[in-house]
Amino acid sequence: METILFAALAIVAILSALLVITTPAPIVSALYMVVTLFCLAGFYVLLAAPFVAAIQVIVYAGAILVLVLFVIMLLNLRKIEEKLAITWQVAGIVVATLVLAASFIAIMSNSGTLPSKPDVEHFGKVADVGNLLFTKYLYAFEVVSVLLLLAVVGAVAMIRKPDSGEPNAD
Amino acid sequence: MQIELSHYLLLSATLFAIGVMGVLTRKNLIVIFMSVELMLNAVNLTFVAIARYTLDLAGQVMVFFVLCVAAAEVAVGLAIIIALWRHRGTMNIDSVRLLKW
Repeated sequence: METILFAALAIVAILSALLVITTPAPIVSALYMVVTLFCLAGFYVLLAAPFVAAIQVIVYAGAILVLVLFVIMLLNLRKIEEKLAITWQVAGIVVATLVLAASFIAIMSNSGTLPSKPDVEHFGKVADVGNLLFTKYLYAFEVVSVLLLLAVVGAVAMIRKPDSGEPNAD
Repeated sequence: MQIELSHYLLLSATLFAIGVMGVLTRKNLIVIFMSVELMLNAVNLTFVAIARYTLDLAGQVMVFFVLCVAAAEVAVGLAIIIALWRHRGTMNIDSVRLLKW
């Protein structure tokens, strides 16, 4: 059962990821990205990580992709002239293949030393993750909250219309 | 057939390579942006898989932090894209070449 789920999710995830980078229209790319993110949430459920699966769906598919779709629609983006020179396209594919080959070789040559799946009950409970987050990693948690605040302030400062002297200019 | 850790790592490497290919072969800024997200997600899958196979919850906590940084990155990145659109009226990566040699 787990094997079938893994195979199905993997096929859908890889196909939709390929479609994300090959479709000419950005809005279609964004919608295929949602499919990929949901497949990854499925993997997280298989890997006993319900908390990560939930925030994947809520934050990634729910918030980040909606933001991307909002920007695409706000700017009324259509497909643009994609005239990247064919040599650069081939170079990009070659580099990506090299990355893929290097990681495949690294993984396959070490696959004997990788740990096999331990059978345990109650691994990855949300309560345990929260416990770790608020005790051992509390400092990092607070730093991340400051980072998010900075990002929001930075985004607003950048979007603000330039040269509007009064605050009520528009 | 049992699903081993190497299967998850191979899948994650494939998704990462797809993201690299998207960054290198596309010209639309938004699509490049989503390819970067794809690479972040591939790394997240690695974290969660290793967390499950070594029974260490720290991997899941790390994914939480990666997600927070990704959210901040998306907010700032999309703000840059909108500012660029206002100034140049294009989404083509070739129009941003002020610092290019």
